[in-house]
Amino acid sequence: MSTPYAKLPAWADYGLIPLINLIVAFAVAGLVVLLVGENPLRAAGLMLEGAFGSGRNIAYTLYYSTSFIFTGLAVAVAFHGGLFNIGGEGQAYIGGLGVGLVCLTFDSILPWWLTFPLAILGAAAVGAGWAFIPAYLQAKRGSHIVITTIMFNFIAASLMVYLLVGPLKPANSMAPQTRNFLEGGQLPKLNWLIELFGGTVRSSPFNLSFLLALLCAFLVWLLIWRTRLGYEIRTQGHSPKAARYAGIGETRIIIITMMISGALAGMMALNPVMGDQGRLQLDFVTGAGFVGIAAALMGRSHPAGIVPAAILFGMLYQGGAELAFEMPNISRDMIVIIQGLVILFAGALENMFRPAAQSLFASISPRSMGVAASRSGGA
Amino acid sequence: MAENAIELVGINKSFGAVHANRDINLAIPRGTIQGIIGENGAGKSTLMSILYGFYQADSGEIRVNGKPATIATPNDAIAAGIGMVHQHFMLVQNFTVLENVILGAEGEALLNRSISRARSELRRLEKEYGLEVDPDAIVEDLPVGLQQRVEILKALYRGADILILDEPTGVLTPAEADHLFRILAQLKAEGKTVVLITHKLREIMAITDNVAVMRQGQLVASRATKDTTVEELAELMVGRRVLLRVEKGEAAPGDVMLSVRNLTVKDGRGCTVVKDVSFDVKAGEIVGIAGVAGNGQSELIETISGIRRAESGTVSLKGTLLDVTRHVDPGDLRDWGLAHVPEDRHHVGLVLPFEESENAILGYHDHPRYRKGPFLDIERIRQSAREQMTRYDIRPANERLKTANFSGGNQQKIVLAREIEKDPDVLIVGQPTRGVDVGAIEFIHKRLIEMRDAGKAVLIVSVELDEIRSLSDRILVMFDGRIVGERKGDASEGDLGLLMAGVEQREAAE
Repeated sequence: MSTPYAKLPAWADYGLIPLINLIVAFAVAGLVVLLVGENPLRAAGLMLEGAFGSGRNIAYTLYYSTSFIFTGLAVAVAFHGGLFNIGGEGQAYIGGLGVGLVCLTFDSILPWWLTFPLAILGAAAVGAGWAFIPAYLQAKRGSHIVITTIMFNFIAASLMVYLLVGPLKPANSMAPQTRNFLEGGQLPKLNWLIELFGGTVRSSPFNLSFLLALLCAFLVWLLIWRTRLGYEIRTQGHSPKAARYAGIGETRIIIITMMISGALAGMMALNPVMGDQGRLQLDFVTGAGFVGIAAALMGRSHPAGIVPAAILFGMLYQGGAELAFEMPNISRDMIVIIQGLVILFAGALENMFRPAAQSLFASISPRSMGVAASRSGGA
Repeated sequence: MAENAIELVGINKSFGAVHANRDINLAIPRGTIQGIIGENGAGKSTLMSILYGFYQADSGEIRVNGKPATIATPNDAIAAGIGMVHQHFMLVQNFTVLENVILGAEGEALLNRSISRARSELRRLEKEYGLEVDPDAIVEDLPVGLQQRVEILKALYRGADILILDEPTGVLTPAEADHLFRILAQLKAEGKTVVLITHKLREIMAITDNVAVMRQGQLVASRATKDTTVEELAELMVGRRVLLRVEKGEAAPGDVMLSVRNLTVKDGRGCTVVKDVSFDVKAGEIVGIAGVAGNGQSELIETISGIRRAESGTVSLKGTLLDVTRHVDPGDLRDWGLAHVPEDRHHVGLVLPFEESENAILGYHDHPRYRKGPFLDIERIRQSAREQMTRYDIRPANERLKTANFSGGNQQKIVLAREIEKDPDVLIVGQPTRGVDVGAIEFIHKRLIEMRDAGKAVLIVSVELDEIRSLSDRILVMFDGRIVGERKGDASEGDLGLLMAGVEQREAAE
């Protein structure tokens, strides 16, 4: 017995629902702030101020967003193929190895604009390679991709620790990190972009990889909705049986989809490693792989949704840090709670308000909507 | 006691913009069999779901035995003496018959007392209504007909006086259906009231006392069955005159286009479901495979169309031998002139969240016509989808609409249009008109006959015996994975029914 729901118009589906979810998330977060004895409105003000208050703050917000765009796209591509890639964290971490090795090798002989494409290839190749193993296991042996990618996060972390305290660490150094990259291994900053709009930025980590992230967002859109490969990925994702019927090779699609996903996650490493720190160090991913899942969920797996979602999470990261600094009662952990609430309402409870919105819309403007065909065979 | 078991007064129900039930008034006299017919989406199931407490009516009143009743949940319905036998059985497969019967009415924490009570009650019901089932049999071991009997027993055990059956014969052989009808007649004789929802006009004529016809959410007519005809009911259902028999001329079979030899196929669980099957389909003929669902027909056509691997045997397509024991790419088969309309259009033939135009290229997305290098030629695809929708009268004619929003008949036309328009030499169609309304059935049947007359080899599989008989030039009957007989297109229903039931045939086919 199926209940036919009226369909929502696209603007409500992609705009209104996420907005409602977001408002509820912030309302609940406000209660938490109230609970620790602070004024939620002032906290919200401080957060916005911290995220967008000055050119420098905006630059930081966009720096964080850059990472989330990459990982969000990575998760989204896998989603379209019906795969839940939880391994973005590990693929990004290991992608740093690709960036690091390219930079360490070429930073003394090539200018940055020649190192950059090589580093992109390095990051993408290593990330894709890391995703290949779980993909192969899923496609050939049926090992569940969620389990294997989680495990590969831990393997990546251990491997990187080993490499950074061992082979990659310069002799005589106490810190678990590589040597600093030379000029040829560092990306130019994009501070001028913000100054163009009147902000002032003295120093920030905001760098060229932001533009690469936007380019990737466009390329992902092109891939998913305009290419034959994307069509095959979506078919496989929606209905593996239909894919088999259509002659689409399941093994091939799983492996290709996951490798594209891994490549995008791996490219996230460009932002902190080559764009900011100028060296490969421990734990530079700082959860971006997981935030990417939330960004993809909130952005409905569409690049046009993922970019704003990533900026929202960037804002929470940057604004949250400032908030914790300004309001001593609100610790760093509180910020994590707020972020968690956003993820909870925007991601996990994404469909909570949908039925209500649907019946509301149906009663307001019945004719504007197509109606889901009744699937009950009993008629 | 009131004269009417059930009275529905002014029932209205909307889902969003859809007015599924519009001001329904219906009185069902006690001790009668009431038929409710209508096309897909006419609102029959919604009405019964309201009566059984799955949905709440927006307005209107339900009276049971003359008294207004509030039926908010199925429990209320059971308490009011209403029982329902669903189209898809609600049985726990690995429980015994007894355990299924007491499910939800277990009584106390320890089961032994309710089990022995149920056992004696079942014995009584068995005697009274001829509902023989072994109470200790595991449900999954029982044939479908018996499983359905368990459903009926469940309802009676709960004290149902009014029994609703939703499309009860869809899964039954003609013989099983006849047995069911005898049971229903017995129930009626004992004073129970039966409501039969179906789209098979023949059943309505055979067993009901009264019939109500629904169309587009409205109850358009109510007749005493003896005062009406099949033609009148069909016309009432569709709202216009319908051709019930397909008009077709003699077949002119040509060369063998599809040849299956000694095909043996296992299903996912490793059971052999197709056993040593051989047959040919010639150009210019329609071969129908009849059989009760689940006798290997599905696996057979899946193997021929490259979705499933065979254990042994061969398939030749236009004289080219295919190694079906290895992976055969369905894409290659399409290139070689084989088209396949799968049985399960919701999960196999279509991707429901896709736009119509995207489904119009499923399986053909690599076709040079639709591609520009690695890209899809979106403009071209939408353009040709638009043209196709006009030619096949697919409504609404919006190629950007999500496929899930089309009705069953239109979805089937989308698949059919896609497969026919590529001008295949061999066309395989599984359940051509399952869940399709009467108007579209006529259209689809005509198209299939046209394919035949254009010299194509057409293989159809259907559980609807009427459909097989009206379309096929030759009929193969499958039972338990084997082809147990071949008949001409004009074979009698009784003859085919016996074959479908697996009754051993001594005399040779022909």
